[in-house]
Amino acid sequence: MTNGLNPPKQAPAAAATLPTRAGVGLKPEHFQEILATQPDIGFFEVHAENYMVPGGPFHHYLTRIREHYPLSIHGVGLSIGADGPLDVQHLNALQALLQRYQPQYFSEHLAWSAHGDTFLNDLLPLPYNTATLQRVCDHIEQVQNHLGRRLLLENPATYVEFVASTWDEGAFLTEVLRRTGCGLLLDVNNVFVSSVNHGRDARATIRAMPLKQVGEIHLAGFAEQVDGNGAPLLIDSHGAPVAQAVWDLYAFTLTLTGPQPTLLERDNDIPAWPVLLAEAGVADQKLQAMRKATQPQATTVAVEVAA
Amino acid sequence: MNSQTVFALPLLGPELPCPSGLKTWNNSDPATRYAVYRNNVVVSLIDALADTYPVLQQLVGEEFFRAMAKVFALANPPRGAVMAYYGQGLADFVASFPPAASVPYLADVARLEMARVLAYHAADVPTPPNNSLQSALTDPHQLEHMRLGLHPSVQVVASPFAVVSLWAAHQGTACLSTVDPDVPQTALVFRHALDVNTLEIAAGVGSFISALQTGQTLLAAADQANGQAASFDLSAALALLLHWQLITTMTTGDDHEPAH
Repeated sequence: MTNGLNPPKQAPAAAATLPTRAGVGLKPEHFQEILATQPDIGFFEVHAENYMVPGGPFHHYLTRIREHYPLSIHGVGLSIGADGPLDVQHLNALQALLQRYQPQYFSEHLAWSAHGDTFLNDLLPLPYNTATLQRVCDHIEQVQNHLGRRLLLENPATYVEFVASTWDEGAFLTEVLRRTGCGLLLDVNNVFVSSVNHGRDARATIRAMPLKQVGEIHLAGFAEQVDGNGAPLLIDSHGAPVAQAVWDLYAFTLTLTGPQPTLLERDNDIPAWPVLLAEAGVADQKLQAMRKATQPQATTVAVEVAA
Repeated sequence: MNSQTVFALPLLGPELPCPSGLKTWNNSDPATRYAVYRNNVVVSLIDALADTYPVLQQLVGEEFFRAMAKVFALANPPRGAVMAYYGQGLADFVASFPPAASVPYLADVARLEMARVLAYHAADVPTPPNNSLQSALTDPHQLEHMRLGLHPSVQVVASPFAVVSLWAAHQGTACLSTVDPDVPQTALVFRHALDVNTLEIAAGVGSFISALQTGQTLLAAADQANGQAASFDLSAALALLLHWQLITTMTTGDDHEPAH
């Protein structure tokens, strides 16, 4: 039924899941170049709140880019960990956005960012204890019921820990996923940043995560400071290329999870589009190597027959 | 106070100490680490304001702008997660910010810049073909009770200062040293296709458009404009709106039915 005139990317754009390839965060600076060049890339991801506007260029370009590529919508303002109720207006706006763009995935953070009627515009940390667990699970169930879809929950980058915490992060996330059925957006950079900041082994932290429920991986760059003792304090800045140590941790993670859709996040000091595309290419090479290492021979043959 | 209140208040209260209940693996002072959150919050809000108000920042300099934006942000944090519209109160804040009092046009430049953000993200509304609008506008029977609906991106910024020239001087299209800031100007801001336009219009045209936006009939709006500016030219005002395809609906009488 194909006649060679159909754009080959139509099928991935309409697929039920993101491909196990690299994707890039979509930035307005790159709208036109992406539409004009239609680069070979697995998917795009946008921040939901940036598109909670009535019309204009953001919707114009996202609509057109969505026709050609799979999409992940990533929320940064739902404040799932807040001790107050979720903002139903915000949930409604999310629902409208998800209906409009039909993204393959929707994700949010294990964090809070609103307090009362103040939006603090940062992803703030939570004590991992029974009270937080109950509240986070209640909120995730509310979100999933409201939106009628499964959520991927992202592990945060943190700079402090709480005296009141009684769980480690991996065990806490595992229990949240078990209770709510949501998936994990495994941010490998966040694991690295938090591991350095809290004196933990990054690979052990990865192993402690609920890896069977990973739906997507995030990679990003960090900034480096020092704490009050002069020990390294890493900041999840999204303003630099992915560090070699994070690439190494990513390769390690893939050996445990198998190939996963992998997003390169860059929100500050945004470089020219070819730079981001090349960084995605590095992730694609690692995914390709993992596929070759794990793919049974029979599957390869079957694909060739089908082609 | 619950634990999130304890954590949240010092984020916007630099005079408050680091909250209790925090720990660090190496027993370093939690305050240094908590400062990362303080910095993230305040810098992200200042950056959001800098994105919206680039000309204001150029007029006062980056250092002054960021100091002023910090004072504003600490007192006026966002009330929702959509950051595109954050800082709508900055113009009023600037107008009453004593260190900025020596430059009286700053607030109106800020109003113009926020108008451009609102126009950029305003709803997409199709405009009817100009010939159907033109024929309705030349029919005296329809004209009497006609109301015009304008594109949601349309905004008028009227100022006792040369806001359009001051703004344009920072777009590479004019030179700031040749701008006399004390010449009153009215700006028309709107989105045409995907671009936000900023035009200087006559004060009467601005008054006419503002009156249309409050739902007044075309003739009442024209009367109001005539009262404010003797030189108001209704046909030129309509030609401007038609040229930029800013008329989205025409209704006659009280039934608000489309005229064509």
